[in-house]
Amino acid sequence: MKYVQLVLANLGRHKLRSILTIASVALALFLFASLRSVTTTMAAAAQFGGARRLVTLNATGLVFPLPLAYGNRIKAMPGVTGLSWANWFGGRYGDGKNFFANFAVDAESYLHLYPEIVMPADQKQAFLQDRTGAIIGDRLISQFGWKLGQNVTLQGTIFQGDWTFKIDGVYHPTDPAIGDNVLIFHHDYFDERIGRAGIAGWYIVEIDDPAHAPTIAKTIDDLFRNSSSPTKTGTERQFQASFATMWGNVSFLMSTIGLAVVFAILLVTANAMMMSARERTGEIAVLKTVGFSDRLLFTLVMVEAGALALTGAAIGLGGATVLYPAINFNGAGFLPGFKVATSTLIIGALVAVGLMLASGLVPAVRAARLPIVQALRKVE
Amino acid sequence: MALVEIRDVYKSFQRDTQKIEVFTGLTLDIDEGSFTALMGPSGSGKSTLLNLIAGLDKPTRGTVRVGGAEVSAMSAGQLAAWRSRHVGFVFQSFNLLPVLTAYQNIELPLLLTNLSKKDRNERVKIALDVVGLADRADHYPRQLSGGQEQRAAIARAIVADPTVTLLDEPTGQLDAKSSQEVLTLLQRLNNEFNKTIIIVTHDAHAAERAKTILHLEKGDLIEKPRVATAAR
Repeated sequence: MKYVQLVLANLGRHKLRSILTIASVALALFLFASLRSVTTTMAAAAQFGGARRLVTLNATGLVFPLPLAYGNRIKAMPGVTGLSWANWFGGRYGDGKNFFANFAVDAESYLHLYPEIVMPADQKQAFLQDRTGAIIGDRLISQFGWKLGQNVTLQGTIFQGDWTFKIDGVYHPTDPAIGDNVLIFHHDYFDERIGRAGIAGWYIVEIDDPAHAPTIAKTIDDLFRNSSSPTKTGTERQFQASFATMWGNVSFLMSTIGLAVVFAILLVTANAMMMSARERTGEIAVLKTVGFSDRLLFTLVMVEAGALALTGAAIGLGGATVLYPAINFNGAGFLPGFKVATSTLIIGALVAVGLMLASGLVPAVRAARLPIVQALRKVE
Repeated sequence: MALVEIRDVYKSFQRDTQKIEVFTGLTLDIDEGSFTALMGPSGSGKSTLLNLIAGLDKPTRGTVRVGGAEVSAMSAGQLAAWRSRHVGFVFQSFNLLPVLTAYQNIELPLLLTNLSKKDRNERVKIALDVVGLADRADHYPRQLSGGQEQRAAIARAIVADPTVTLLDEPTGQLDAKSSQEVLTLLQRLNNEFNKTIIIVTHDAHAAERAKTILHLEKGDLIEKPRVATAAR
């Protein structure tokens, strides 16, 4: 503790330089935490999925629909206990800057299969009875200032025209991966408006036992293998994971950018620390003359480097941890449940320790090994 | 009784391809409680001798003993610990740490001891009083005059009550008035507190304040130690 004033005095020698060094470390780790959180949030979303829910898609791809007639045939299969279907709508609200997901579902069966969507019973009932009604996640209330019972109009991007829905219910998801900024409306109304009845974007199949999932999935796909629209069935988790893998390269890119930023900042910090130590060659020689040992000087220089790196890390990682929940960030709906994971904080802290070692070791070793007489000759 | 015993010391430096012999068998004793001035032209080995006594440098051959401890045989770690307890060193250009106040600079050697904060505070205050800087404790070096800086440096050198205080050209950067103040202070430390003081100087007037003057030339004592006139 008695050396604290010496460390603080040295850090305060060039206040602006110390502040900028801390700021650059903080920024680097803030960016690192943010970029990595995108990856971890997507990975967490890929883990979402009821063990008893399967998803059946058109084998050609998600954008190709399936005949609604498949529904009854799937439902009749052994081991299938429930069925629902949905269709991506892709509507836009206002200027479209604030994107949120919206899709049409077979309301009653869908809400039955997704108990994670929780809302008051009267609102649920109102929605089920209102053909042009919709339910929304509670985030949309705060985002757009909508109210229960209000009419909202979306502009169709895939299915053209203005689509007006009455907000019958506001739900809160018990699993963040469901998304709290989604608008859900009736598939019947969707069918009627587009004039192409009898299609579904995907089916959600409830099964009796998770252990039967591979068998039932194969049975469904085998059933439609030779039809005009062959299917691809998998667990809901696989369905979510397929979205995540679509982001695969983006995740890699983000991780790479994050590491590159940290590495660039590391070089800047290391340079600042070395410059600071080089400027003090004479002072280090004086301290050695007074009796400061090589080990003590090594420790003091490392503590200085650590103070810079760890303060920056605390600001950067702490800032990211506090900021995103505070502004309710969810990546415009693409990253529901966005948060800085504990693993990110641990890696960030390790990066800070690495930064301390990388920026402090060279000047600390140099200080410890400094030959006193030669150093004094330069300053005397 | 000899506090500093230098026995058959050789010291050489390698400069590029040239080997420079500074001492070739120097033998010298310096008594406890003495005030000794080392004089001689540039390159005569004065500062090298001071560095050897302080344990900042090692002889190529021979032994250097201070207070019975064989300094020339110590490791770097042992030397650091030994210096912190037994050596006070004052530089020509003061070398106070600019980011610390006079008080904090003087406290530096005490940080290496087991003294409590209260005891350190007491010792620093005494040192500040002795050098006449009690009212400048919170001043940074840039806020002090050259003479005051050097007095603070002397306070730093004596605060841990070292066995020997070594000064390398302590008046080299001071005006005449400040030089006199510093030399008077050194005399007082020697006379009143019985401090062993060894000073390297070019200045004959400064050397006259010492009790003993040693002349070095090309690494040899060119005459036997003589007692300075003013100090008698």
